[in-house]
Amino acid sequence: MAEFEPRIVAFLCHWCTYTGADLAGTTRQQYPPNVRVVHLMCSGAVDSIYVLKALIDGADGVLIGGCHPGDCHYQTGNYKARRRVAILKGILQQMGYTEDRVLLKWISASEGKLFADTVTKMVDDLKKMGPNPMKQLWNA
Amino acid sequence: MKKLGVFICHCGVNIAGTVDVKSVAEKIGKTEDVAHSTDYIYMCSEPGQQIIREAIREKGLDGVVVACCSPNMHENTFRKAVKSQGMNPYLCEIANIREQCSWVHQKEKGEATRKAEEIIHATLEKVRKNESLEAIAVAVNRRVLVVGGGIAGITASLDLADGGYEVILLEREPALGGHMAQLSKTFPDLDPAFGGLLSKASEVEKHPKIQLHCYSELEDVKGFVGNFDLVIRQKATSVNGAKCTGCGLCIENCPVEYVSEFERGMGIRKAIDMPYPGSVPNKAVINRQHCRYFLDGSCHRCEEVCPEKAIDYDQEEERISEKVGAVVVATGYELYPKEQLGEYGYGEIPDVIDGLAFERMLAPNGPTKGKIVRPSDGKVPKEMVFIQCVASRDPDRYMPYCSRICCMYTAKHATIYKEQVPDGQPYIFYMDIRSDCKGYEEFLQKTIEEKGLLYLRGRVSRVFQDNGKVRVLGVDTLTGKMVEVAADMVVLATAIVPSPGVKELAAKLRATVDRHGFLTEAHIKLYPVESSTKGIYLAGCGQSPKDISDTVSQASATASKIQALLSTDKLLQDPLIAFVDEGICSGCGICVEICPYEAREMDSHRGISIVHSALCQGCGACIASCPNFACELRNSASNQILKMVDTFVT
Ligand SMILES: Cc1cc2nc3c(=O)[nH]c(=O)nc-3n(C[C@H](O)[C@H](O)[C@H](O)COP(=O)(O)OP(=O)(O)OC[C@H]3O[C@@H](n4cnc5c(N)ncnc54)[C@H](O)[C@@H]3O)c2cc1C
Ligand code: SF4
Ligand code: FES
Repeated sequence: MAEFEPRIVAFLCHWCTYTGADLAGTTRQQYPPNVRVVHLMCSGAVDSIYVLKALIDGADGVLIGGCHPGDCHYQTGNYKARRRVAILKGILQQMGYTEDRVLLKWISASEGKLFADTVTKMVDDLKKMGPNPMKQLWNA
Repeated sequence: MKKLGVFICHCGVNIAGTVDVKSVAEKIGKTEDVAHSTDYIYMCSEPGQQIIREAIREKGLDGVVVACCSPNMHENTFRKAVKSQGMNPYLCEIANIREQCSWVHQKEKGEATRKAEEIIHATLEKVRKNESLEAIAVAVNRRVLVVGGGIAGITASLDLADGGYEVILLEREPALGGHMAQLSKTFPDLDPAFGGLLSKASEVEKHPKIQLHCYSELEDVKGFVGNFDLVIRQKATSVNGAKCTGCGLCIENCPVEYVSEFERGMGIRKAIDMPYPGSVPNKAVINRQHCRYFLDGSCHRCEEVCPEKAIDYDQEEERISEKVGAVVVATGYELYPKEQLGEYGYGEIPDVIDGLAFERMLAPNGPTKGKIVRPSDGKVPKEMVFIQCVASRDPDRYMPYCSRICCMYTAKHATIYKEQVPDGQPYIFYMDIRSDCKGYEEFLQKTIEEKGLLYLRGRVSRVFQDNGKVRVLGVDTLTGKMVEVAADMVVLATAIVPSPGVKELAAKLRATVDRHGFLTEAHIKLYPVESSTKGIYLAGCGQSPKDISDTVSQASATASKIQALLSTDKLLQDPLIAFVDEGICSGCGICVEICPYEAREMDSHRGISIVHSALCQGCGACIASCPNFACELRNSASNQILKMVDTFVT
């Protein structure tokens, strides 16, 4: 059987992590092609429903990338994201996600390598966790 | 159903070397509403854009996806191209298949090709629901606020005012000049800076387009680029500025003396005094913390002697409201605080002083009238130690950055010392020498050769008082030997840090500062004088340590950027902002609380929340927090995002 390839949906803020992901490209950092990026202006714009929808649809992991604390282009969007993700994690537990499949990470526009490393590690971790349990439910 | 066009760029081999662009174009072309799907070697080139323009014309497209490099590169190029054919530019979107696909998966061609296809499909989902939008025009107030009256603020104000714009200049001290007023002579030409500074400052004072508010601070700011509402707090000087002629009789007669901050603790000043000799404005100011009238009512000397009846003990601080279209933050620097250093005997040993104190000692109008003497006993120092990089370039304990000017001013200090005390010996401890501006290396070499300065490479480990001397222990890392100097005086080149209060000011302006408190630019290379908040600009040492030449250049750059901004009376803003579905909004008011720009407000009449389109920056915070999906961002609505997620997962 082919090795399980996790699918990650990433919501990246325009000013930091999206630009950092661009820098990963410009500097030819290599990382696994398992991630799909949705561009948003700020991590504070990541609605819980986006994350829930991705997981319910069957994404194995969700990455939310924003500016480092204090650096949000819109002052405090990343703090809003942090609170939202904390609450969301509780709900996901309730829903039966025993593993942590949502990663909130601060990656600045100059941290191309950190973006590549983050995706690489997340893919590794998700491989260990196995597929999104919800997906098996759909397929059953 | 829209008719969509997809244009896939090879970017030479940058994309096509990894992604099988032909097969992607072919597969995408089979999508029901894709009327045109093609690839080309360089889409951004003129022939490439021509392909897009022709397809729009011939196929009557009403939506375009260009799959190419990051939108940060060519989104504008392609939006302009579609606009030339009468298509609304906001119906064109970029699928980033270079930076975020071909370049990062170079060894996985099959997967990269599949990923590129998915990225294009997701972008198509977005374009399907994109609306035609028009840029939002807002009226512009063509006046400028400059905060900080050092050489940066002075330069920016004069450039703007000479360009015909009205300027409001705020300085929190009673006079203009900033730190440049404290300097003796300046590198690299040993020019006495004071005269030049004063003439610039008087130009400011007299300029018909500049409204000068000294002894003033910015209390409150509201609004956005083109339309800032300010409240200025003008502190009471207790002297009627219109009447005071600067004769100085009051100062002579004032009985109260206290330690002068301007003289870095080496001189005294009176409770009524000028900010510094010859200051601009040249008006006396009462320091109410020291004045006996204000302490216990026991003295009226200045009021009695003033020939102009200018003393006004009852003067109150004022609040002044103003409107401007842009703001320059030119708040400058301070030296690393004594209290926090706790090393090198700084603050304890009287003969250990910092660079600015030495400047005052060298200044002809300073506390020693330009004579170099030990603060402890007034003797001429014969062995002088200068220590560079104090609290700079020390990430573990102090500041990690280089303060940039200390190498040069230390060379200047040692040179002037050697000129004044020819039989004295200056020792300079340094890490390495940075002299990378015009004339600096030449200045340095000349001084080393002609003046016999002794440069010792290495950090100083200890400084302590011993028998009337200041003993300095260090290592010369070039010879590997311990060095011990029994110095008469030590001058520390302490780190440049941002002015106190800048964080609070930045918060009021919604500008950002880095972890050290220096103001951050929108882009360190491409937008170095703009802050990331539109309409807020930077100049001088508040952005990073720099010398006078760089400060002046940056201030002029800032001024010309602002002149470009204010050259029209209408500003066009991106329309990608929040909007409210009035049928759904329940009027809960969460968005009003959450918006960092005060762009949301309750319409109490209709019981719903509205968006002030000129204030909204399009961050999306309200969208994510609306419990009813009543507010959305134009062209990034949740149904668009969810469709993209669908494409990526199923
Ligand atoms: C010891 C020493 C020697 C130097 N020698 C040289 C030299 O020889 N040659 C050279 O080129 N450079 C030299 N410099 C560097 C020079 O001092 C700076 O480049 C220059 O002063 C920077 O000007 P500025 O306007 O950015 O800042 P500043 O001079 O610090 O001016 C900032 C002004 O803003 C005001 N301000 C701050 N916060 C607020 C606020 N919230 N509201 C209102 N006003 C505010 C301050 O009161 C101040 O007047 C030397 C520096 C030092 C420390
Ligand atoms: S998107 Fe919403 S929260 Fe953000 S600036 Fe606009 S109105 Fe305010
Ligand atoms: S802009 Fe990056 S997190 Fe807000």
